Formats: sequence, structure tokens, C-alpha cells
Amino acid sequence: MQASIDIASDAATQYLLRIGDTALILGQRLGEWTGHAPVLEEDIALANMALDLIGQARAVFSHAGAVEGRGHDEDQLAFLREERDYRNPTLVELPRGDFAFTVLRNAMAATFLRLLWTRLQASGDEELAAIAAKAVKEARYHQQHAADWVVRLGDGTEESRRRMLAALETLWPYAAELFADDAVDEAAAASGLGPRWSELKSDWQAQMAEVLGEAGLAVPAEAPFLSTGKRGVHSEHMGFILAEMQHLQRAYPGGVW
Amino acid sequence: MYTQAMDTAGKDADARKPVRSAEEAMLEARFDARIDDGAFIEAKDWMPEHYRKTLVRQISQHAHSEIVGMLPEGNWITRAPTLKRKAILLAKVQDEGGHGLYLYAAAETLGTSRDQMLEALHTGKAKYSSIFNYPTLTWADVGTIGWLVDGAAIMNQVPICRCSYAPYARAMVRICREESFHQRQGFESLLVMMQQGTEAQKAMVQDAVNRWWWPSVMMFGPPDDQSPNSAQSMRWGIKRVSNDELRQKFIDAAVEQAKVLGVTLPDPDLKWNEERQHHDYGRIDWDEFWRVIGGNGPCNRERLAARVKAWEDGAWVREAALAHAAKHEQTFKEAA
Amino acid sequence: MNDNVKPEGAEWPLWEVFVRTKAGLDHKHCGSLHAADAKMAIQMARDVYTRRQEGTSVWVVRADQIVASDPGDKDMYFDPMEDKVYRHPTFYKLPGSVDHM
Repeated sequence: MQASIDIASDAATQYLLRIGDTALILGQRLGEWTGHAPVLEEDIALANMALDLIGQARAVFSHAGAVEGRGHDEDQLAFLREERDYRNPTLVELPRGDFAFTVLRNAMAATFLRLLWTRLQASGDEELAAIAAKAVKEARYHQQHAADWVVRLGDGTEESRRRMLAALETLWPYAAELFADDAVDEAAAASGLGPRWSELKSDWQAQMAEVLGEAGLAVPAEAPFLSTGKRGVHSEHMGFILAEMQHLQRAYPGGVW
Repeated sequence: MYTQAMDTAGKDADARKPVRSAEEAMLEARFDARIDDGAFIEAKDWMPEHYRKTLVRQISQHAHSEIVGMLPEGNWITRAPTLKRKAILLAKVQDEGGHGLYLYAAAETLGTSRDQMLEALHTGKAKYSSIFNYPTLTWADVGTIGWLVDGAAIMNQVPICRCSYAPYARAMVRICREESFHQRQGFESLLVMMQQGTEAQKAMVQDAVNRWWWPSVMMFGPPDDQSPNSAQSMRWGIKRVSNDELRQKFIDAAVEQAKVLGVTLPDPDLKWNEERQHHDYGRIDWDEFWRVIGGNGPCNRERLAARVKAWEDGAWVREAALAHAAKHEQTFKEAA
Repeated sequence: MNDNVKPEGAEWPLWEVFVRTKAGLDHKHCGSLHAADAKMAIQMARDVYTRRQEGTSVWVVRADQIVASDPGDKDMYFDPMEDKVYRHPTFYKLPGSVDHM
């Protein structure tokens, strides 16, 4: 059995891992749709997005490994951490659900990532800024695709509307975590690495409100719920994702792929 | 990925009308002459009904093979051992979806619709390549499929780029361009494991080869002397090379590739024949082939169930998209 | 001229896709796809037909909006409508009483 790696706890590494993990876990969930989408064209579209996100994860992890300075490569970081060392917000680890759930989660995540990547283009870290310049174009496309679907389903049939409402009710509470700052955000802002995630809140809310409005869906009220994935305290779903994702790396120590 | 030689058409032999008018006979003679000249047939050209039906069946079953083929490989996306392999696999499976789409599009030019073709698939009336009815049990299966199954597919597909029916030929040109990456990536993945991997990884590769070799050899369809529809397909430029010829070519190439990999092909009768200048090979278990084609391979039921489920689960999505479009077409028209 | 029983539910319309791969070149027809609306058609065309190269421009046209020339051969009188690109069954709007074919 391949043992886990130890992760540095400095703010810069942690900030980068949050981004990389968000892309990785969301990409992982989207990859599950391949061959099972409602129509062949969407199999292709969702696989495309998964591919973009895995690409973003690779770039960020490679860089995070360099910043961390312990010689960890992208695969060690992606596959060999303990669950508590993964820093994605809980939103992206939730099971893919039905198509309404997936497109709404995509809309929420892509809207967020686009805002984040936009700001990161001005990062003091040149490598991160370069990654952001490429990723922001992808995020824009993901956001557009997801938003169009939210509108189609929200304003489609009775059934699609019902499913969108159900998705909204389940997913909306997980947004709060995106904007809950901590010391890592403060350090990133201070060093010029990137914005506090809270700074993206009002734009995110405005853009989501616009999409939901067009879809004929009301923005849900804020609930006193705060998920904690960014701190490494995940939902029960994370364990299953990691078991599946990490299995080969764990089972073949020293394996070369 | 590929269509098996669908000479297993069977019951459709009565598609030819026994009595034809003088008009039709003349048209068919002219059609045959065009084919002999190497001309391309386009969607709206006159064509014998049997030619059209054969193509609809072949192209649609080729398309079905691509999309069913997404399942055994897609199975490993979430478990790929590195990010690079995950990305490569995603790209490959996505390509297969795209290939299915190009082929459905080509078939639709002949008077069928996507929905009709899928209905035929889902009700078991249409076939897809038998190879996808086998399970992918280990990561090495993914590389082995790339090496052997895509390899076989490429061999079948390249001649179809010269198919007389132009929309199919054009789709195949596009597909072949994208396909070579698939085989290379599979082979490379196995090579890395065999040359740099652990003993456990090497054993995984050999085990995968043991399971996929014979099914791959069967991909070329029944022997020529058991393929009655081949002759007509050849006459019409739909099929360019015979099953046995392609199969031999594949085996000859694979023997050399296996040496490079350092794996043993599970056929003790494989032997170079100096006189024929080809490899002799062992007896193929055609019972297995017909069993799998007939619906009793290891995964037939699961594959079909997965496709049917995706389709049925997605019905509300497709309906909603149409409903939304209908609502807004009105507004759009009013604004114009 | 159907090969199978007509399935349940309406189908997404068929769109033809034209891509210009490089400034200075023409748009080239590269295939078709099914989409529910124009926005979806464009996005899908990008996903499906420009995966490997940066298409600089993508056009999508509903297939039933394309008017095609007569293939030119006088002997084509077996075909009921020369002005559509395909033999696609849903292109040909028949009166309800005979639409079961």
C-alpha cells in the first residue's frame, strides 16, 4: 500500500491546493457522465469540460508542488493525500445527481471560477497568472454552457422546472463556503498571490441572480449552513471519491504509468 | 471505434425485389458503371434500395459501436492512475462520442433519423461490434483496447475512406485522422508498464492481453466463406477488403508489436509461414463469436441497459430543451 | 420510407455545421448534429467539430432551411423533393392523415 504524502501548511500552498482541488474534484464528477448523458452531444460537451478542469488541476498542482518545495509532483498531490488534506469546497464533491443538479452545480462553480481566474490574471505569482490567462477562457465557456442549460431547464417543462427547484434547494446552501474567508485568504491577499474568495461574492451573486431570473427561478434565502471542505473537513461523499480515484496509486506502490 | 463486418445481416436477403422495371434496370446499370469508374455517390443521387439499406445498417451499426464503446473505457476515467492518463482517456472517449456523432450524421443523409437508429439499438434490433461486450477489468485493459481493438478498427476503417458513398467516406477520413492517437496512446501505456513498471503491473498487462486477444481477432467478422453479403458490398464499393485479409494483416502486425512489448499472445499456434509470408494462427472459437453476437457475451445486457437508461433518464431533458426552444422561437419571430 | 417504427417523442432538429479553420479560407461543411436551439447548436458545433483546431468561425444552419440545387440528372424523378439536402424523413411534412409512414 502506498502511504500518503505530508503536505506543507503554508498559506501559499494551501491557497493553490484549494484551486487545484476544486478543479480536480469537479472534473472527476463530470467525468462520471461520459456515456450516460441525455444526448450524445452533451456526452461530448461534459467530457470537454472535465478535460479542461483536469488540465487546470494539473497546471495548478505542478505549480503548487514547486511552491511547496517538497518535491511533490502533480500526481502525488492529486492521488496521495489524506482526505483531510484536500481543500476543495464541499460543493464540488457532491454526487452528480440528475442533469439539473449537474448543470446548476456547474453554473455555480463556473461562475465562481471565472471570477477567480479573472482576478488571478493579476496575481503577483507569474506562473499562476499564466495559468489563469488560459483557464479564464475555459471558465467562460463552461459558465455559458451551464447557464444556458439552467435557463432551458428552469423554463422548459413542468418536470424540468421541478427538478431545477430541487437542485437549487440542495445546492444553494453550499455556496456560502465559497466566500467564507480565513487566514489563507488573508495571506494570499496580503502577498498579492490572489484575492480573498469573499471579494468575489457580490459579482457571483449578481451573475447567479441574472441566470436564475432568466430561468424563472427565485434566488433562495440564505440558510445558516456552512460547509467546511476548504478546511479539509468534507462531506461523507469525499471518502468514496478518493477511494475510487486513489486506488491504483495506492495499490501499486512504485508503479509507473 | 469500429463496425464489425456486418455480413451477419442474415434475414435481410429479401431486400432485392424480384421483378424490376426496365427503367430501374437501366438506372442500376448506370449506377454500377459509376461505381466501377470510382465515382462517389452523394446523398441525393439515385441509388438501388438495397445499396441504401445496406449503408444505413452498416453506418448506423458503426455509430452504435462507437457510443457503446465509450462504456468499457469510460468505466476507468474516474480510476485512471495519473492525471495525464485521466486526461488522455477522457479525450479518447470523447473522440469516440464524436465519431458516433459523425456517423449518425452520415447515416441520416440516407433517410433515417437519429431517434430511429437509437430505437433500433435500444430494442436490440441493431447490432454493434461484439468486442464491446467484454468487461474492462483492470487498467491494463484500457491500454490493451487501444493497442488491439483500436488497431483492428483502424485496419477496417482505412479502406472505408474510399467507400463509394461519399458522406460515409468523408466521415471516415475525419475519424481516421483522429484515430491514430488512440492506438498509439494505448500501446505507449502498455510499453511504459512493461518496460518501467513493477512485476505486478507487467502481470496485469499480460492478463489483459490474454483476455482481449481472441475477441480482437474476431472483430474482423466471420471467415470469407461464411460471409454471403460481402460480395455485394464489395461490388458496390462499400467494402473494399475481405475479412480474412484484414484479419491476417492485423495478426501479422500484432505479432511484431507484441515482441516490442514483451508480452505473449495467447495462441500457441502462432507461427511464421515462410511460404505464405504470413503468420499462421490457431483455430478461432466461432461459437463464442456467435454467442456474443447473439446477446450472450459477458456484458451485452449491461451495455444495452446502460444505453437505454441514459436515453430514458434523459428524456425529460430533451423534452425540456425543445419546450424551451418552442417558447422562445415565438418571441424571436416576433422580434424579427 | 422508414426503416423502423416511429419512436416516441419529438426529435431535436438537425443542424448543418460549417467551419472556417483559418482567416482567409472559406467555411467548409463538416457535418451535422442535433440541437434544440441555435445557441446549443453553436456550442455543440464547437465541441464536436473544432476539438482539435481553433476554428475561427462556425456557422450552423437548420438543415431544413437549406435549399439545394437539383443534382442535375433528369433521371432523378424517383425523389419527391429535389430542393432538400437529405432524404431525412422529418424534412418532408406530410398531411396528418398520412404522416404515419
